[in-house]
Amino acid sequence: MTITMADDVVFDLLHLEITSTIFRTTEKDEKETAVTKLENIGFCTGYRLVERLTKDWPRFKDELDTMKFMCKEFWSSVYKKQVDNLRTNHQGVYVLQDNRFRFLTQLSNSKQYLDVIPKYLAYTCGLIRGALANLGIMSVVTADVTNPPICKFQIQVQRL
Amino acid sequence: MSRQGIRGTDPKKISSELFTLTYGALVAQILKDYESDEEVNKQLDRMGYNIGLRLIEDYLARTTVGKCYDFRDTADKIQMAFKMYLGITPAITNWGPAGDEFSLIIDNNPLTEFVELPEKHGNLKYSNILVGVIRGALEMVQMEVAAWFVQDTLKGDNVTELRIKFVRRLEDAIPAGED
Repeated sequence: MTITMADDVVFDLLHLEITSTIFRTTEKDEKETAVTKLENIGFCTGYRLVERLTKDWPRFKDELDTMKFMCKEFWSSVYKKQVDNLRTNHQGVYVLQDNRFRFLTQLSNSKQYLDVIPKYLAYTCGLIRGALANLGIMSVVTADVTNPPICKFQIQVQRL
Repeated sequence: MSRQGIRGTDPKKISSELFTLTYGALVAQILKDYESDEEVNKQLDRMGYNIGLRLIEDYLARTTVGKCYDFRDTADKIQMAFKMYLGITPAITNWGPAGDEFSLIIDNNPLTEFVELPEKHGNLKYSNILVGVIRGALEMVQMEVAAWFVQDTLKGDNVTELRIKFVRRLEDAIPAGED
């Protein structure tokens, strides 16, 4: 089989279009549902993608090791750069900070469009959650933007 | 701490899988949202159209191509765009006698790399987004075309064939209220 390569622009445009289509086709008073759908698209993608990414990797030592993988390899393969800062309270909360988050760099680097930004983060939250789920870590992922294009993703690991 | 990274091998290969998987998740999601496969086809086409409207800007900016001389020239440029954006080179065949329609034979359609179509979705045109992209992109260079899938390997055909037909040249429109 020949190796195919898709151009990054195509992925960026697809993401934009998925986001606007899901919001357009979901009822006005059901914004929550639209976010859930986008999150779900991200989850399915992340769940499968990480399986391809880790196929030649040895098992991760622990949770922190897994998170480092997410910040370096996973992020690079999706967003073409590493996460800039990883913080943890060592009790299951991790904060990944990307100072130039790719889906936001073309959108805004001021606070002008702050109100529309959250919908462009739902896919990525799902992507992270899906990838971690396949690596055996159940989590809740939320995103926070106060100064675009800086974006912080908070991962709260769910312990049973 | 020095593990064999995956970035070293082929940085863009992943982006293709990422793209394929994202598209698959999207199709799965809208299949849940709509009652019929036809509605899903329409939605995919519309999404493609919106992408095409934007993608043409990127294409014109990054290549040095100018206006098309004729429809054969257009066909070559579409082929080039496939190479650039999806990394594949579809063959151009089956020209209509009037030279106003042709087929693209798409080998290794990257959109369908991991896909199997369940039998109950016999009417789903999985890659219909491509139809929309072509229509949208060409409309921005004043060309109205019709595009549709004639054959699809997902449905058991030997090849995937996308037919493109020239409809008409769009004249420069005067914006509403400026007569």
